[in-house]
Amino acid sequence: MAKKSTEELVQIASQVRRDILRMVHAQNSGHPGGSLGCTEFMVALYFKILNHSTEFSMDGKGEDIFFLSNGHISPVWYSVLARSGYFDIKELATFRKIDSRLQGHPATEEGLPGIRVASGSLGQGLSVALGAALTKKLNNDCNLVFVLMGDGELEEGQIWEAALFGAHNGVDNIIATVDYNGQQIDGPVDEVLSLGNLKAKWEAFGWQVIETDGNDMNAVVQSLERAKTMTGKGKPILNLMRTEMGHGVDFMVGSHKWHGVAPNDEQLADALGQLEETLGDY
Amino acid sequence: MAKFTYTEKKDTRSGFGAGLLELGKKNENVVALCADLTGSLKMDAFKKEFPERFFQTGISEANMVGMAAGMTIGGKVPFTGTFANFSTSRVYDQVRQSIAYSEKNVKLCASHAGLTLGEDGATHQVLEDIGMMKMLPNMTVINPCDYNQTKAATIAIADYEGPVYLRFGRPKVPVFMQEDQPFEIGKAIQLIEGSDVSIFATGHLVWEAILAEEMLAAKGISAEIINIHTIKPIDKEAILKSVAKTGCVVSAEEHQLNGGLGDSIAQVLIQNQPAPMEYVAIQDKFGESGTPDQLMKKYGLNAENIVKAALKVIKRK
Repeated sequence: MAKKSTEELVQIASQVRRDILRMVHAQNSGHPGGSLGCTEFMVALYFKILNHSTEFSMDGKGEDIFFLSNGHISPVWYSVLARSGYFDIKELATFRKIDSRLQGHPATEEGLPGIRVASGSLGQGLSVALGAALTKKLNNDCNLVFVLMGDGELEEGQIWEAALFGAHNGVDNIIATVDYNGQQIDGPVDEVLSLGNLKAKWEAFGWQVIETDGNDMNAVVQSLERAKTMTGKGKPILNLMRTEMGHGVDFMVGSHKWHGVAPNDEQLADALGQLEETLGDY
Repeated sequence: MAKFTYTEKKDTRSGFGAGLLELGKKNENVVALCADLTGSLKMDAFKKEFPERFFQTGISEANMVGMAAGMTIGGKVPFTGTFANFSTSRVYDQVRQSIAYSEKNVKLCASHAGLTLGEDGATHQVLEDIGMMKMLPNMTVINPCDYNQTKAATIAIADYEGPVYLRFGRPKVPVFMQEDQPFEIGKAIQLIEGSDVSIFATGHLVWEAILAEEMLAAKGISAEIINIHTIKPIDKEAILKSVAKTGCVVSAEEHQLNGGLGDSIAQVLIQNQPAPMEYVAIQDKFGESGTPDQLMKKYGLNAENIVKAALKVIKRK
């Protein structure tokens, strides 16, 4: 796939945000907040950073692979997969509906191209990604493994088991990103269960940490390019990515209230009015 | 004269260790992960022979299970090793989402199952694992009975594509199954033919069922003994064929009555050919410390109890 310019990526992101809002609105169900916050990251990944083929193979040999650990932000993933050519964008209309491949949380059972493991129950994706990274090493496959986690998700103990393993074993072909939006379902992360100094924590666990402004397309691309240059040096990489939940829609931005709530008709119209239809709605 | 004999006792976990080593030699995609119980699981030989394919995860079972799921992506066949309770209840959600629902080709290999773990007591004596694992869609559940069968099962599951729970134990028990036997997943093995009662046993209770058959024969009762090594998928055909002949059933397992082998057999009977049935299983209790023999006696899981159940069920015909 031809790599896109930053300007083009920004255009795609606007369309992806429209997709997210329309998908969630259509079924009055889903998670717009985190999806909107991670749109720059997901667009940069699939249209610029990943060495990947849209001819999907479960084994992903000879290409970079991506896992979404915080599976509830499936709308942004489905949109980006469809927009980059894994399946027809028309299928986005089936999100969360009966008999759909676009399950509420990502799943493999229905065979949706691009999905390699189910996620939704939090805390499991980093372990799965480490396993895939170990297999890449055993197969002498020099491509990378990417994984995205939520910050609230870091409250799960399994994440820290995986953090220990990755550092102890020098799994240096993995780039893990934390969506650091400071929000979770019940409120701000600092009120629910504070994560403390995350940068210091990951460094103390033996990871190389980079920080990213996750809603600035240029910054996201540069950060991920830099992260790639840090692979192969004996340590796993953690990208601490500051984002705003609900970014791109003025009445959604920065609030945990839009974690898992769909906009109504009026709110959808208002939100779509703020986002240019750059590639044509599905 | 005994129809089955043995010359030595060996632990089923050593059968797993031997099977894993053999697999390592013949299939370079086989990898092993262990959560700080390499010696207990008899994985040392594999680790020594194939250090690049062995992964020590530390006491982090959830991470081990997740990594095993990830390792299948790219074609590896991961065998995880830890105690049965840490392979199931400890990591149930991880097994459910990352392995069973995601249809990953992971082999969860679980030692020290049941009461025969012995002195460590109830915290470690998982008696609910078969139930938990068989409830998961896509999961195959296997509980072999001796060293030879555990070795054969270990080798066989590598050739099967899909999640498997392989359950075995700690103590040395009689080795009575044939060496280098073929192992067919889902295919029950008739050990002794009989006509008065069908005794379906799994795991360590298979040998007890063989002993029970002798005791019943002395009373003039002809018992059919069937080794159900695969609890899921259950061999319906073998069950119905035997019961059509004998008209009554005893199930025997080192597991809770709720959710175990007996439950699976009862389901087959009730849907096809109802027949009187008795269970030899744990009666909704946790275990405790003691020697394996003491525990099996106290909780009613030995040949004497199989005989009692058989006599009772024959009267109900």
